[in-house]
Amino acid sequence: MRKSVFLGALTVAGLAAAAAAAGTVDDVKARGKLNCGVATGVPGFAAPDANGEWEGFDVAVCRAVAAAVLGDPKAVEFVPTTGKTRFTALASGEIDMLARNTTWTFSRDVDLKFEFVGVNYYDGQGFMVPKALGVSSAKELDGATVCIQTGTTTELNLADFFRVNNMSYEPVPIETNAEAQQQYLAGACDVYTTDASGLAATRATFENSADHILLPEIISKEPLAPLVRHGDSEWGDIVRWTLNALIAAEEYGVTSTNIGELSAGTDNPEINRLLGTEGKLGEMLGLDADWAKRAIMAGGNYGEIFAKNIGESTPIGLARGLNAQWKDGGLLYSPPFR
Amino acid sequence: MSGTHAHTVGFTRDTMIPQADPPMTSVGAIGWAHKNLFSTWFNAIVTVASLALIFYVLAMIVPWAISPTWESSSLSECRDILAAANGGESGHGACWGVIRERWVQLMFGFYPSHLHWRPVAAFILLGVALAPVLFSDKVPAKLLYFTLAYPFIFPWLLWGGTIWAPLSVAAGFGVGYLAYRIVSAVAGDLLSVLAGVVAALVWWLVLSGYVVDALAGLIPIGLEPVQSRDFGGFMLSITIGVVAIAASLPLGVLLALGRRSDLLIVRYLSVGFIEFIRGVPLITLLFVASTLLNIFMPPGTDFDIILRVLIMVTLFATAYMAEVIRGGLAALPKGQYEGADSLGLNYWQAQRLIIMPQALKISIPGIVSTFIGVFKDTTLVSIIGLMDPLGLTNGIRADTNWNGIVWELYGFIALVFFVFCFSMSRYSMYLERRLHTGRK
Amino acid sequence: MTSLTDPQKDRFRLSMLLYDTRYRSATIQIIALIFFMLVAAWLISNTAQNLAALGKPIDLGFLTEPASYDINQRLLDYDSRDSHLRASFIGLLNTLVVAVLGCATATVIGVIVGVLRLSPNWLVGRLMTVYVESFRNVPVLLWIVFFMAILIETLPAPSAFRGDDPAAHMLLGDSVAITNRGVYIPEPLFSNSLGDIHLFGASPLRFDVSLDLIAILAVLGLGLWASAWIRRRADGIQEATGARPTTWYLRLGVVSVPLAVLLLMLGFHLGMPELKGFNFRGGTHMRNSLIALWLALSLYTAAFIAEIVRAGILAISSGQTEAAAALGLRPRRIMSLVILPQALRVIVPPLISQYLNLTKNSSLAIAVGYMDITGTLGGITMNQTGRELECVLMLMMIYLIISLSISAVMNWYNESVKLRER
Repeated sequence: MRKSVFLGALTVAGLAAAAAAAGTVDDVKARGKLNCGVATGVPGFAAPDANGEWEGFDVAVCRAVAAAVLGDPKAVEFVPTTGKTRFTALASGEIDMLARNTTWTFSRDVDLKFEFVGVNYYDGQGFMVPKALGVSSAKELDGATVCIQTGTTTELNLADFFRVNNMSYEPVPIETNAEAQQQYLAGACDVYTTDASGLAATRATFENSADHILLPEIISKEPLAPLVRHGDSEWGDIVRWTLNALIAAEEYGVTSTNIGELSAGTDNPEINRLLGTEGKLGEMLGLDADWAKRAIMAGGNYGEIFAKNIGESTPIGLARGLNAQWKDGGLLYSPPFR
Repeated sequence: MSGTHAHTVGFTRDTMIPQADPPMTSVGAIGWAHKNLFSTWFNAIVTVASLALIFYVLAMIVPWAISPTWESSSLSECRDILAAANGGESGHGACWGVIRERWVQLMFGFYPSHLHWRPVAAFILLGVALAPVLFSDKVPAKLLYFTLAYPFIFPWLLWGGTIWAPLSVAAGFGVGYLAYRIVSAVAGDLLSVLAGVVAALVWWLVLSGYVVDALAGLIPIGLEPVQSRDFGGFMLSITIGVVAIAASLPLGVLLALGRRSDLLIVRYLSVGFIEFIRGVPLITLLFVASTLLNIFMPPGTDFDIILRVLIMVTLFATAYMAEVIRGGLAALPKGQYEGADSLGLNYWQAQRLIIMPQALKISIPGIVSTFIGVFKDTTLVSIIGLMDPLGLTNGIRADTNWNGIVWELYGFIALVFFVFCFSMSRYSMYLERRLHTGRK
Repeated sequence: MTSLTDPQKDRFRLSMLLYDTRYRSATIQIIALIFFMLVAAWLISNTAQNLAALGKPIDLGFLTEPASYDINQRLLDYDSRDSHLRASFIGLLNTLVVAVLGCATATVIGVIVGVLRLSPNWLVGRLMTVYVESFRNVPVLLWIVFFMAILIETLPAPSAFRGDDPAAHMLLGDSVAITNRGVYIPEPLFSNSLGDIHLFGASPLRFDVSLDLIAILAVLGLGLWASAWIRRRADGIQEATGARPTTWYLRLGVVSVPLAVLLLMLGFHLGMPELKGFNFRGGTHMRNSLIALWLALSLYTAAFIAEIVRAGILAISSGQTEAAAALGLRPRRIMSLVILPQALRVIVPPLISQYLNLTKNSSLAIAVGYMDITGTLGGITMNQTGRELECVLMLMMIYLIISLSISAVMNWYNESVKLRER
C-alpha cells in the first residue's frame, strides 16, 4: 500500500484504494486496528469515559472481534456514528463493522445491502411514564405527548401503534437520549418511548427512579445486531462467530477466569473445539487456533459482558429477560461449534 | 457729585471670588448618573427597568454558579453535597465536578494525553506565525519566513508522522518554481506557469511518496502519528477553523479574481460556485461530507470523516472569503489598477505587486470575521457525529455518572467560545480603526 | 508607409492562441471550460460507478412511498400514510414559517437594539452592547439548544395547571396557556365558514386555502384602497385650497366597518384552549421547538441587524439633517424624506443577507426536533429510505431556490435605490 504524501500528510492511509477490494480481514490486519462504528453515547452500550476509553455493551463486541483478529482488544478505533451517518460509514468502508444498537430489519439487510451477523441484544420498543400520570397501559395514551428518539425505527413503530389503536398523539422527535430524558423529566412530554433497554438505562439514572414506570406493552421487535457489508462473507463469518463464541462460552460455562485452565484441555469436545485445543475451527476462519479464547478473554463471555455493562448490578440494571440463554428460557442460541 | 456718586457705588468687586464647586447634580458620580441615567423621566424609567433586569438575571445565575461541587465525581454526589450544604433539603446549584473531570476532554477530545503539548505548541506557534500579518508594526518582518513555513509545521505537529512528509510537500513548491524558471527561459509566461503547476503535481502525486518512504527509511525523524478521529473538543473546532480559513485564502483570491474577470466563462463558473455554496446551509454541505463525498470519489477511496469535513468546510469558507476579497478589490481606487497598467505590468504582476497587497490588507477585518463565523459554525459537525465540544456533551451525558447534566456543560462551552470570538472581534475592530486612519 | 499602419494580415498560427491577446482570452476560457467539464464528468462517473457498486441507482420512486412517520406541526393535512414527498412539503412549509417569523422578529428587535445602543442612557447602551456581543460571539446552535433547555426547564408542565389549587394559571382570562410544551393561544373560528378551496387535487402538493381568509383579505385590501383614495382626494383638496379636510374617521371607517360586518357574517369567534386529558386541546399550539428556534434565531440575527442599523444611522452625516432643517422641513419629515431613505440604502443589502443567513440557520431546527425540511427530507426520510444522494441533493436544491429568491429581491432593491450618478 503506497502512501501518497500529499494526502498522506493529512490522513494516514488517505488513499487505500487498491487495498479495499482485497477483503476486510486483510485490511484490518494490515492496518493493525479495527475500525468499529458505535453510537455517540448511549448509557451502558457505548460511551467514552474521562480518558477517552470507550466502554459499554456494544463496545465489548468490537473489542472481542479485535482480540480475535488482531490479538489485542485495545486495537480498536471507535468511530462515533449517528443514526444518519452509520450506514454510509459502513457502506463507504470507513468502518469495518457497526455495533451500534441497530435493529435488524428486512430492508436494511436486503435493500441497503448489509449483513447482520446475529443478535447481540433482543430488545423491543416500550413506554416509560411518570407514576403520577396514573396510566397503566399504552392503550390509555390517547392524546399524549410522546418523546421519541429519531434516526431509528422508533418513530415508525410509534406511528403504526397509534394508528392501529386509533389514537392520536403528539410526537416530539429528539436526536439524543440525553435531551429526550431532559424533556421527559421536565414534563415536556408525558411519555418517553425508545428501546426498552434504553428506557431502563435512562430510568436508572433518575434522581427518583421509583416515580417512573415502564408500561407492559412492548410494541415492536428490535433485535439489535452488529452488521458488516454485504458481499464479504469471510469478514462476516469472523464477526458472526466471534459473537457466537461469546454466547456459546456462557452456555458452556467458559468464563474469563476459568478459561486458562479450560484451554489446557477438557473432557467436553465442544469446549475444546471452541478454545482451539481440538479441531481447526480457527484455521477455517482464516485465524489462528486461539481466536475464540482471546475474544472471550477480552471482556469475558456474553453473560460477563452483560453483567458488567448493563446487568442488574450496574446502574442500568437490566434483567436478562429475552437475552438469557435458551436453556434458561431466553432466545440466545448459538449454533454448534463443530 | 462725582464724589457722592462714587460714594453711592456700594460695592465693587476687586478680587475674584474663589471658584465654586459645580452643583452637586452635575459632577461626580451623581452628576454622571444624572446626565447618563436619569436625564429625563423616560430615561429614569428605562434605567430602573434595566437595573431590575440585571438584578433578576444575576440573582438567578450567581447563587446557582457559586456551588461547592468542584471535587464531586458524579451527579448524585453533587446532589448529596448540595443537600448537605442546604441542611438536608435538596439544594439548587451547579455541578462543576463534570467540568473538572472532563475539561481536558472538552479541550483535546481523545488526543493522547501525553501528546497534548503538540496541539498547544501548534496553536501558540500559530500566534507567532500570524504576528507579522496582524501586528505588522510591532514585530520584525523577518518573522514572515516563519509564517510561510507554518502551514507545513501545523499539520505535522497535529497529525505527527515523519518529518519528511511536510518537507516533501514544501519541496513540491520548490519543484514547481524551478520548473517555472526553467521553462520561462525558453517559453512564455502562461506556458511556464502551466509547467510549474504540472511539475509540482507530478512531484506531489507520484514522486514524493517514494522519496518520503526512502528518506523515512534512511533517517527516521518524526513524531508519533495521531489519527484524526482522535481529534475532538475545542482543538477540533480550532483545527477545522484554521485549516479552512488558511486553505480558503488562496482559493478565495482566485475565485474573487475570477468573479471580477473579463473572461465570461471564468466569471460565470466563479459566480456559480460562490452563489451555490452561499445559497445552501452549511449543514447540507456537512451531510455531503458525511454521506456523499465518498460516493463522488473514485471507487474504494476512503478519506476519513475529518478530512471530508475539512474539505467541505474549506469550500464553504472559500465562497465567503471570495466575497470578502472581492469587497477589498472593489474598495481599491481605480487609479491603482490604471497605475499598474501604465507601468506596463501584466495581469499577474499587477495583482501580485500592486493590487493584492492592498486589497488583502483592507480585507483583514473581513477575513477575521469570516474566521469567527466559520469557527462558530464548526459546532455543526456535532450533528454528523463528530466529537466537537457540543458532540462531546452527548458522550459525557451518556456516562452514567453525569447523566442529567445540562447547564454546566453548555455554559462552559459557551464561555470558551465567547472568549475566543470576542477577543478576535475586538482585534478586528481595532484593526479596522487602524486601517481607517491609515487611509485618511 | 502602409506596411507600418496596416495590421499584419499573416495567416493564423497556433501560437497566436497563446500570445495574441485577440485569441488568448478565448483560449483560457475554453481551457477553463474543458477543465471544469472534465472535473464534473469525473465526479459523475465516479458517482455512477459507486452507486452501481452499492446497487443503489438514482431513483426518485421512494418519494411516492408512504412516509410512515408522523409530523407534529403540520400546516396542511398529513398523516403517516402520506408519501415522503408530502412529508417533505410539510417540512418545507415549516421551514418557511420559522424563517418568516424569525426575519420579522429579528428586524424589530434589531432596529430597537440598534437605536438603543446609541441611547444617551449609559446603562441601556451598555446592556445592549452586552446583548449584542454575547449573541454574536456564541454559536447559534448553542443558543438554540440553550433556549430549548430554558423553555423546558423554567415553564410549567401542563400537569401544573391541573387540580383544585394548580401551581400555574392560564393568562389573559383563561385564553393563553404558557407551558413547557409550547404556548396555546386562542384560534379564530368561523361558525358560518365559507369552506376551503382544495388545490392540486390529491397530489402530494395539495393545498387547502381557506375562503374565509381570502374574503377577509379581499375586504381588507378594498378598505385600504378606499382609504388611500380618500387620502389622495384630501391631498388634491389641500393642493387646490390649502386646507386639508379631516379624514381620519372616514378612513378608519372605510377599513374597519366592512371588515367587522364580514366577521359578523362569518360568525367569527375564538376557540379557547382548555386542559383535557394529557394536554391542552383547542386553540393554536405553538410548540416549544418552534418558539425556541424562533427566539434563538431572531435574537441571534437581531444582534447582527442591530450593528447594521447602528452603522446605517451613523453613516448619515449630520450635515444632511442640518441641510434639511435649513430647507424648512419639520423633524418628522426630515426623518422620512431625508435620513431614512439614505440610511436604508446602507442598511437593506446587509439586512437581506442576514435574512438569508437566518433562513439557512433554520436548518439547525434538527437540534430541537422542529420538523422542518432538514428534519423531514434530510432527516427521517433519508434515514428510513437510505437514499442519501437523492435526499441531500434535493435538500440543497430547495435551499438554493429559497436563497436565490431572496437574493433576487435584494438585487431588485439595490437596483431601485442605486444612486443615479450623473
